[in-house]
Amino acid sequence: MSLQIDKTTAQLTVSTAPEISIEHLTFGHADQLLFKDFSFTVAAGQWTCLLGPSGCGKSTLLRMISGSLTQGVAGRIQFSGQPRMRGQAAWMAQKDLLLPWLSVLENVLLGARLRGTLCAGHRQRALELLEAVGLGDHTQALPDSLSGGMRQRAALLRTLMEKRPVILMDEPFSALDALTRLKLQNLAARLVKGATVLLVTHDPWEALRIGHRIYIMKERPVRLSRVFLPPGTPPRSPDREEIASMYAQLLAQLVEKRN
Amino acid sequence: MPVPRLGIICIGLILLWQAVVWITQVPPYILPPPKSVVLALMDHGPELLGHAGITLIEILAGLTIGTIFGAGSALLMMISRGTKHWIMPVLVISQAIPVFALAPLLVLWLGYGLSSKIAMAVLIIFFPVTAAFYDGLRSTEPQWLELARVMDAPPHAVLREIRIPAALPALASGLRVATAVAPIGAVVGEWVGSSAGLGFYMLHANARMQIDMMFAALALLSAMALILYFIADAGLRRLIFWQTEQEGTVR
Repeated sequence: MSLQIDKTTAQLTVSTAPEISIEHLTFGHADQLLFKDFSFTVAAGQWTCLLGPSGCGKSTLLRMISGSLTQGVAGRIQFSGQPRMRGQAAWMAQKDLLLPWLSVLENVLLGARLRGTLCAGHRQRALELLEAVGLGDHTQALPDSLSGGMRQRAALLRTLMEKRPVILMDEPFSALDALTRLKLQNLAARLVKGATVLLVTHDPWEALRIGHRIYIMKERPVRLSRVFLPPGTPPRSPDREEIASMYAQLLAQLVEKRN
Repeated sequence: MPVPRLGIICIGLILLWQAVVWITQVPPYILPPPKSVVLALMDHGPELLGHAGITLIEILAGLTIGTIFGAGSALLMMISRGTKHWIMPVLVISQAIPVFALAPLLVLWLGYGLSSKIAMAVLIIFFPVTAAFYDGLRSTEPQWLELARVMDAPPHAVLREIRIPAALPALASGLRVATAVAPIGAVVGEWVGSSAGLGFYMLHANARMQIDMMFAALALLSAMALILYFIADAGLRRLIFWQTEQEGTVR
């Protein structure tokens, strides 16, 4: 799992991103299972987007993959055919989860700080990344003094600094206004290349902008739709005709499922 | 602007006091007018300040020791569930026994000097500090903990970097309460048995019907408690620099 950052674009390349295979996953109360014999494979090194309404089990799925939720989970989750190990996944949530008493720089370095592995190299890399995303003037600022978009950029960098081959994103941009969200999506699509990304969202445009593969999640028990493969490379602009027609299809499926 | 407002409130209270004296024509040995209290304060200034110093030492020592014990037991309970099951009953018992009822015993055991008063103050503030800090330690934002777990953070790092800083605002509210009640412990201790301190002075003045001197001691005690509270409040604000004013605390 080697990782390089191109200084000019601050782009992150992960050379061996695993495929995530979920086999026969069962979870939930016995009378109403959230997941029942659920199997699914997340393609290696690509952005896979799961689209569904709030509360349909998207976050639960991410927590099971990250390993924060293991109790009561039956089935198998493997990374490239191997059991999940420590240090493979990073997690980014809807809330930025920046610690209010740490500066932006310290927040970006949180992972290494917590593991006690912080070194000058980390600091250097974090400063480069902060500079590259336009937070160079705010490295010593406290999170509360930043806008929502800036905070989420810092949270994205904190996720990237983990250098994990798997990145799990739980509606990371949904609390932002439309323009900020657009910028963040572009930034994320540019910075995270090569990692296996699983992003859950309720916004079809978001999935169409940055996803390689899109599935719609249907609930109780969770099932997935057929895969949607939007043409072109992300981040896509939504003005293409194929994208617009795929948006209509996704929306139709989302609405249909609710009835 | 807390200081002008505080000044206005004090002046208002003194005016009300003066008004009560005028209207009810209460004799000065029941309620002396503000003027005679001010005169008593000036006449017995050095003596009063000496006693105030003793009381201040008792309060500060009680606060320091009580905070160390309180914060320490909250941390112990957080770290190990086993100790929690032992410390919790001790806490509950320490609150079930009225601390004031212990005062004569403490004087008997620890003598007429400072230590029995410090012990009183410690006993009084121990519970609010422990309870507030422990609640703070337990109510860390769950998603911060989840983030730390995904980052493979060891438990001691989570405690040091996340749980403790996140619990500091809660500890601070415990400490504010402690600062406000610690003087009660010290003064009650002095009432029960002592040879110095504002509590002793008040009792002494009361017995000799020197009500103006008693009020002077009371005024000094209140001023001391107020100043102590504002110093503690300012210090805690500085410690918890990230907490913004609107989420802030009682001023």
